Amino acid sequence: MDIIFWLLTISLFVALVFFVAFIFSVKRGQYDDMYTPSIRILFDDQPKPKDTQQKNNNKRSKKDN
Amino acid sequence: MYYYDLEQYPGVTPSSYADKFNFLDETSIKSKLLDFDEQDIQIVTLVIPSVHCSSCIWILEHLSKLSPYIRSSKINFPEKKLQVIYDAIHMNLKELVVLLCTIGYEPYISLQDLSKKKKSTDKSLLYKLGIAGFAFGNIMFLSLPEYFDSNEFWLDQYKPIFRWLMFIFSIPVVFYAARGYFVSAIRGFYSKVLNIDVPISVGVLALFIRSTVDISMDWGTGFFDSLSGFVFFLLLGRFFQQKTYAFLSFERDYKSYFPIAVTRISKTLGENTEEQVQINQLQIGDRILIRNDEIIPIDGILVGGEASIDYSFVTGENLLVAKKKGDLIYAGGRQKGIMIEVEVLKKLSQSYLTQLWELDVFKKDKQSNFTNITDRITKMFSISILSIAIVATIFWVIVDPSKSINVFTAVLIVACPCAIALAAPFTLGNILRLLGQDKLYLKNSVVIEQMAQIDTVVFDKTGTLTSSERATIDYHGQSLSNEEKVLLLSALKASNHPLSRALYHFIYQSHHSALPLLEFKEEIGKGIRANIAGNSLKLGSESFVITKKENNSPKNKQSTKVFIEINDAFKGYFSFSNYYREGIQTLINKLAQKYDLVILSGDNESEKTILQKMLPPQTKLLFNQSPQQKLNFIQDLQQKGGNVMMIGDGLNDSGALVQSDVGIALSDNINSFTPASDGIIDAEVFHQLFFFLKLSKQSIKVIRLAFVFSLFYNLIGLGFAVSGQLTPIVAAILMPLSSMSIVVFTTIATHLLNKNKSL
Repeated sequence: MDIIFWLLTISLFVALVFFVAFIFSVKRGQYDDMYTPSIRILFDDQPKPKDTQQKNNNKRSKKDN
Repeated sequence: MYYYDLEQYPGVTPSSYADKFNFLDETSIKSKLLDFDEQDIQIVTLVIPSVHCSSCIWILEHLSKLSPYIRSSKINFPEKKLQVIYDAIHMNLKELVVLLCTIGYEPYISLQDLSKKKKSTDKSLLYKLGIAGFAFGNIMFLSLPEYFDSNEFWLDQYKPIFRWLMFIFSIPVVFYAARGYFVSAIRGFYSKVLNIDVPISVGVLALFIRSTVDISMDWGTGFFDSLSGFVFFLLLGRFFQQKTYAFLSFERDYKSYFPIAVTRISKTLGENTEEQVQINQLQIGDRILIRNDEIIPIDGILVGGEASIDYSFVTGENLLVAKKKGDLIYAGGRQKGIMIEVEVLKKLSQSYLTQLWELDVFKKDKQSNFTNITDRITKMFSISILSIAIVATIFWVIVDPSKSINVFTAVLIVACPCAIALAAPFTLGNILRLLGQDKLYLKNSVVIEQMAQIDTVVFDKTGTLTSSERATIDYHGQSLSNEEKVLLLSALKASNHPLSRALYHFIYQSHHSALPLLEFKEEIGKGIRANIAGNSLKLGSESFVITKKENNSPKNKQSTKVFIEINDAFKGYFSFSNYYREGIQTLINKLAQKYDLVILSGDNESEKTILQKMLPPQTKLLFNQSPQQKLNFIQDLQQKGGNVMMIGDGLNDSGALVQSDVGIALSDNINSFTPASDGIIDAEVFHQLFFFLKLSKQSIKVIRLAFVFSLFYNLIGLGFAVSGQLTPIVAAILMPLSSMSIVVFTTIATHLLNKNKSL
């Protein structure tokens, strides 16, 4: 009997997930540069992340906040 | 294996950059340039104009392979911005910049960078669009059962839930996504302007309130679908209208052209010490050093060395200006040749050139007073709709009072000028993109509407009508034999002076063989002395070549000349005059039929007769105009009711470009500096200017036609509304249908217009 109720809830949940994903991606600046990533993916030798990379990323995010 | 492992010194390494970037060692400058600076890590974002292909991306993102102290680098290609994270203990900013220079990617660091505010791009339109689209899709989905009017038991059971869910979805649409329209409507209301946002806001509110009442009274399903769709389409139009060129800037002033710092000489205890000092901290009386290729940032007096200055960025003139000790030097020129010493006469913001930016014209937004075509139409539209709503309501109050409120809101809903509001954004957005493909880059879509109203076109001469890269060369004097021409060619080949290069290419057209030089000496700012196969040669300025006071020197002093002496006998001189861009004559002929033309030149009158031949007889020609005079002239034209378009290229046109209704900066290289303007045109499409102006006029016609179209839809809707038959499903069909047909119509029409380029 409650199947419509359940379907409604699930469909809303899925829609909300995509909506939040969209807002999140805009906020993270994924739409700022629409060209470079398309080239970057073609590099077959990604620069190796150095051991300090992690630390330094943390610092950056701290600053962004 | 990588390329740079195999080849340690690939290609030609440019000469030392170390001196040029000495100012990067100054802590005060460095701290303003760095994004992040803590202990051992520094992050900097640099603009690199020479980035142009995917290989550039590869090299710049693999900088860590060139230096172990660079942790990572990331480039934003459209904006040409490189962000580098590096180890501050082992490397400093100057070393990083020099490293970039040696691989050919010299960063562009200017005075503007010091005053930069971290501008965060406004993303709210994207959020609003996301919310409106999300709500629109879900509300359509939820209202689907009601469209079919099914009497299915369970759907009927859940109707209230469906309806209240739609209500919840519409709340962010009305109060967040559509907020901008309310704000603008209220602002318009206070300044007594009936803009397009007034009927939009009224429509949105009518839709929302009526729908809420409908569902709470259980009278019907409401118009939530139309409401959210309406807002979504409007925002889509607004989004489409935006076209930004990340690599261009329309806001530049002298600050983005001037360097950050210069070398100041200070005398302490009788000894000269050199220090880097920010140019806005220079004081009157300071002595500064200007090296080869550096820009002179202030007005001053030349106290040491001989200057030959390239003022091409200021005036568009490509020939060097020679200055002697004691001469006054104006800011904005680029020194070519030896190092000179200059004593500061005026502070940075008070020089002949930069004081222009202190004027009020540069502080106000000239588009704020412009009423666009949509708002002009809306005024009539809104008034007639409101009167229809009132008449219809009065009619129903008499006939059937229970229906009167229903009809009143229905008219307001239908009056929502969705299609009208979309006509201009989509037409202008399309034209903006098409012009961008044609290499005319406009600041925004309002410029197109302003272009359509232009009646006077004002040109700068030097660098705009004439090319700053080529010159017309004529020879006067005793005719030169072939042997003599070969001698000249041989001597010119060794010189890098712009005049020598131009003359070399001129002679090279007929003679190709060059002889080895026995002796060659170039005196900067004067000329060349050479000895070839036993013949002595002297080329250069009048005073350099003609040592004896002979009276055969030409009287016309206004054009640039190179004098020739072979084996101590004066032969004659080459004169350099302006080279007019190709297609200029045809362009002028076409423009003259419809527009008033004016030439506003900062130069002398030497070209007056040539210009008079090119232009229609009534054309005004003004010479020796200062930047301020140019601005005043445009202002005069405007006060007489003219709508003026200014086309210029140099910093000295800045005032006129800003003052004019449409200021277009012309540029031979789109990536190089252009003064603040409403648009930037690539010099190679300059001859199409008439077509661009025509296109702007035609796009206004397209908008008018689209208005007629959408009015037609509004009338159909009104028919439903006044007869009290506007059901949610009618609104849900009519609204997207009208919007989509307008979008399709304007898109097809604008593309067809752009095809007729030959007109």
